[in-house]
Amino acid sequence: MAAIELDRVSRIYQKYSSRHRFQTFKSAIVKGSLFGSLKPDELVRAVDDVSFSVEKGQTFGLIGENGSGKSTILKMVAGIAKPSSGRILVTGKVSALIELGAGFHPEISGRENVYINGIMLGLSKKEIARKFDEIVRFAELEDFIEAPVKTYSSGMYMRLGFSIAINVNPEVLLIDEVLAVGDAAFVPKCLDRIDDFRRRKKTILFVSHDLSTVAKICNTVAWMKNGKIRMIDEPKRVVDAYMQDVTEAQEAEFRERKEEAAAAVVAVPAPPPAAEGPASARLEQGPAAEAAVTAAPAEAPAPAAEPPAAAEEGRREQRWGKREVEIRRVVLRNGQGEEKHVFRPGETMVIDMDIAAREPVKDFVFGLAVFNSMGVLCYGTNTRLEEFESVAFSGEGRVVCRIESLPLINGTYYLDLAAHKRDGYPYDYHRNMYSFLVSSMIRDEGVARLDHAWEFSPEIKIKSPAK
Amino acid sequence: MKLIANLQEVYKHRLLIRTLVGRELKARYRGTVLGFFWSFFNPFLLMVVYTVVFGFILKPRDPTLGEGPWMYALYLFAGILPWTWFSSSLNDSANVLMVNGNLIKKILFPAEVLPIVSVTSNFIHFLFGLPILLIFLFVFGKPPTVYLLLLPAVLLVQFVFSLGFSLLLSALTVHFRDIKDILSNLLTFWFFSTPIVYSLGMLEHSPALRAVLDLNPMTHIIGGYHDCLFFGQMIHWKRLGVTLIVSLVLFVIGYAVFDRLRDSFPEEV
Repeated sequence: MAAIELDRVSRIYQKYSSRHRFQTFKSAIVKGSLFGSLKPDELVRAVDDVSFSVEKGQTFGLIGENGSGKSTILKMVAGIAKPSSGRILVTGKVSALIELGAGFHPEISGRENVYINGIMLGLSKKEIARKFDEIVRFAELEDFIEAPVKTYSSGMYMRLGFSIAINVNPEVLLIDEVLAVGDAAFVPKCLDRIDDFRRRKKTILFVSHDLSTVAKICNTVAWMKNGKIRMIDEPKRVVDAYMQDVTEAQEAEFRERKEEAAAAVVAVPAPPPAAEGPASARLEQGPAAEAAVTAAPAEAPAPAAEPPAAAEEGRREQRWGKREVEIRRVVLRNGQGEEKHVFRPGETMVIDMDIAAREPVKDFVFGLAVFNSMGVLCYGTNTRLEEFESVAFSGEGRVVCRIESLPLINGTYYLDLAAHKRDGYPYDYHRNMYSFLVSSMIRDEGVARLDHAWEFSPEIKIKSPAK
Repeated sequence: MKLIANLQEVYKHRLLIRTLVGRELKARYRGTVLGFFWSFFNPFLLMVVYTVVFGFILKPRDPTLGEGPWMYALYLFAGILPWTWFSSSLNDSANVLMVNGNLIKKILFPAEVLPIVSVTSNFIHFLFGLPILLIFLFVFGKPPTVYLLLLPAVLLVQFVFSLGFSLLLSALTVHFRDIKDILSNLLTFWFFSTPIVYSLGMLEHSPALRAVLDLNPMTHIIGGYHDCLFFGQMIHWKRLGVTLIVSLVLFVIGYAVFDRLRDSFPEEV
């Protein structure tokens, strides 16, 4: 039996233009168009011809970028908004965790607010009285329940709101991204409660941006884009397809940014070596970071050319060196040779450089360094450190560095690439001119992902992640 | 019919209305020293000012009001108290949908509950002040008469009238924010167009003015209070009856406008 059924549902939002937003009553009367001006002048299709049904006892996830219509669907299922066309059938009592603590009155006590909020959510006084202790205990507010809600912290506020809503004990629970605001201790508690709902065969409609939670708890997931459903399928597939789409969007954005950055760097010609010292905190890392790339063995004096002060304070990207050996073009590729800027951990990343020498050189080293968004050097190496010996190079050539399995965590990374002499004298140094994104559903932490595997002896009952 | 279905829906939410009214009253008195005496204190201060100005300085000319400024003060009080209920209801209603915007956006309930709560909580407020008025009347030699029993009829007419007006205002203010400003001017004008600081008896020389005032529903409602409370005489059934019909018509229109604009509230508040 379907607990929630949407049949060709559309929701058109009336967008009142600025022309008569906060329009005055006087002017409406004067124009003689009191009712005319109440007509919307632009229509926005927030939800466009959406059909799906959720069987009783199932957990149905909705994912999609902001503004794709997820919350509108939730509001329509909750009955707060009406569909402009189409039909929605909901069987059973609905409780919506759309905004926690909506309707709390700041001046009155937590106790009174529990009653009022409970009644708003459709409980009777008796039911609330029966569940009151449980609500307060779950919210961990035993000591504060008599205090006015205005004295609560935002966390306390949210906990109380969640606790009331979850205790409404609905047949159908609608959850809209409410877990995003909880603290580290409360969120697992809420998830436990949601699990408990699932065990008791209640229907859940779950909207979230937390894809790993969606993949974990949902039976079916729908991916929405621009008000339409792009895909309904089992969670893993939908999440993957969605990630793919997001990645493509990020790619496009990166390409754009890179072009901008390249244009900006060209606009700032190689700065004079007379540096006025580190110009910003970011730059103070310069010598150390550079050392990682040019790092010559200790005996080398490494008078590494001072990284010049940025022409523009705080600028991340810089380029210096006289370009006797020039890095002309840098392309990041995946294992298949496609140009990319967004990578999954463990994916192959290929750094492909076109190099040109103005005159034949015998002394050259190629280096690279990877920084994360905090400016921490994740890894740096060069051909000299790895004991390649330069022999000769003239004309044009190509240097490729292949990272077979990218051992990085979620985040944005910046690349330093350099061609320099053994003693550190830079031919062409590219500071942070290239960036890429590592996108992962796993929220592990640190500087790098160490290649690892878990093993458990049979006594330890543990479920491996769904693959 | 739509109206009946709507009213049934509202009736289902009576517990919510009761709770919200309770919340409104509690929140109003929370943090005040005088507590619920404020519901009496504001009209009392107003009465003192009008008594000084109109009772002592201008001196009332209507002999039916009785001798001396004290009688005039009681007459004033009997009119200002219900007027305060009316004007605060309207002022609150004009804001109520915006103030409670987060409720309308996030929780499913009929939005008309909010203006109903505005009118009702101000009504309760008024009821708190009523015994004090009765005590004053008793002390100054106007003991309650049998006509006091007709007071509920007057209350009902005013309730329907206030509610109809509140529904209309609350819905329109969502789209026209300056109604709030117009309203405060309108209420001042309306106050002096209603026999509160003066009596209809003072207008006998000007039938035209009298006729204009008769078009004002509040004239007859406040007149009803004067009859029940101050004069201790029969209320004017016909006038009040017509006023009730006007109030019902206003209520139906107000509700219809509210219903028509209802779907725009979640986006516009």
